[in-house]
Amino acid sequence: MSYSAPNALIGGTTIGVVAVAALIGAVWTPYDPLAIDFMARLAPPGGAHWLGTDEFGRDVLSRLMAGASTSAWISLLTVILAVGAGTALGVFTGFVRGWVDRVLMTFNDALLAFPGILLALGLLAVFGANKYGIIFALGIAYTPSVARVVRGTVLSLREREFVEASRVMGNSEIYTMWRHILPNCIAPLTVLATSLFGWVLLAESALSFLGLGVPPPAPTWGNMLAASRAFIAQAAWLGIFPGLCISLTLLGINLLGDAVRDRLDPRMRGV
Amino acid sequence: MLRFAVTRILMAVPTLLIVAIAVFALIRLVPGDPASLMLGDLADATSLASLRHNLGLDRPLPVQFAIWFQNALSGDLGRSITSDQAVLPLVIERFWVSAKVVMAAVIFASLVAVPAGMIAAWRQNSALDVALVAVSTLLLSVPTFWLGLLLLLFFGLKLGWLPVVGYVSFSDDPWRALLYLIMPVMTLFLHEIGVLMRMARASALEVLRLDYITHARAKGLSESVVLWRHAFKNAFAPTWTLIGLMLGNLLGGIAVVETVFTIPGLGRLLVDSIFARDYPVIQGCMLFIAVIYVLVNLVVDLLYPMFDPRVTAE
Repeated sequence: MSYSAPNALIGGTTIGVVAVAALIGAVWTPYDPLAIDFMARLAPPGGAHWLGTDEFGRDVLSRLMAGASTSAWISLLTVILAVGAGTALGVFTGFVRGWVDRVLMTFNDALLAFPGILLALGLLAVFGANKYGIIFALGIAYTPSVARVVRGTVLSLREREFVEASRVMGNSEIYTMWRHILPNCIAPLTVLATSLFGWVLLAESALSFLGLGVPPPAPTWGNMLAASRAFIAQAAWLGIFPGLCISLTLLGINLLGDAVRDRLDPRMRGV
Repeated sequence: MLRFAVTRILMAVPTLLIVAIAVFALIRLVPGDPASLMLGDLADATSLASLRHNLGLDRPLPVQFAIWFQNALSGDLGRSITSDQAVLPLVIERFWVSAKVVMAAVIFASLVAVPAGMIAAWRQNSALDVALVAVSTLLLSVPTFWLGLLLLLFFGLKLGWLPVVGYVSFSDDPWRALLYLIMPVMTLFLHEIGVLMRMARASALEVLRLDYITHARAKGLSESVVLWRHAFKNAFAPTWTLIGLMLGNLLGGIAVVETVFTIPGLGRLLVDSIFARDYPVIQGCMLFIAVIYVLVNLVVDLLYPMFDPRVTAE
């Protein structure tokens, strides 16, 4: 038996729901996520506000939807940045080899000596805590792991017959890289990008929770959780819903990631 | 064995050097001049010039790095801008607070998750396996800062069993210190179980498929001997590496848990320094955590042959 089918179904559905909520949240929310209404402060879930309101009377559901779209955008751009830069670096060093490879990879591995989130924290101190600061900090922090995986794949690919054949036929190195090496990196990259999306989403929420993410009043799941701490005794829903959103999304990504890996990497099937 | 150890230790040297360069470069990337950052906007030109000279900022960049590196090696990481405390003692003091939580969580999590993962692999696709995989995937997906908040809500506020937030040092009151540490440790413990159980299961599955296991069973060895002597000892090696990586990652990511429970640990120190733009402390924290991470992984690697003697042969 393989877990793959139910995994893909549950994971895919969860991510689908979050993606739709994020897409809708980008253009429409039931209430203005920033609109303050002191008459409706800390209203419990139900009635006009399905998921209740926060300490400023802002609608929690609207804020969750707007937050979903912010987090999804940040994570997507970060993953694109890390995968783009990491792939370029990995393909280049793996194909060129020699001293360039050795120098770049020594540096790369030393950066891997920083836990990802620590490197991101340090870079945020430089870039400043805002949307683009986060994207750059996390993007740079996760580039070394992508580079490592891609380089490994390239190293095993470049010894294969079809790459040799392309060279013998007189194709240029760049053409060979583009036409024969890169397409074969797509499977491991898809597996990596899926888990990367989860790590980045988690890291972004953690940074927002620490107050180093997207600055308030703009909602993110992380900064909503951070703000809920002061009201946790009177208004538990403020702490429950954003956390539930993060956890369900991560669960969806993890399940989908397992399914994608099973499909693209037959050796790992059922593991 | 000796050769392996020496090579591995020598390999850590360039890593540590580049880590130091990266941390040094970080503060130079900040817009503005470190001396004016340290003295603030109101500093007069003379004190700025004298600080610049003391920090070596009027020298070429490689010389600046050499001065900074030499100071760092002798344990001088500068002084905090906000509190004027020496950075290294401050970092070490906060480190012990974080280390207690992280070590306790990792030890407990390993004791539970490694056997559980291996049992799941042994009984692959049974109801028990499916349940264990489901639980670990679920635990893996819950971020520590939310898990901590939920524990706090339930055990702290609803049941009132445990103190909600704060920190008491062991030297002041050992019993209360323990009470305050239960929830933070439990938070990390539950999260790490998820990560470790999946890894232990995956590596045990890989080993259980190999021919020598079939051979051992065919020889008529009892199942417990096959599992214990042949399978799990070999399956533990990759998990052991993960435990090392985990220690470092936890140290990097502990700020969120320390924020939930208001623990004055290293993570909180780093985040507070980022808010305060206290660059010497930021540098000190990052350097310290990265060095600990490299050293922990070095120790893990050096102990690796205990679980998998093949590595020394290479």
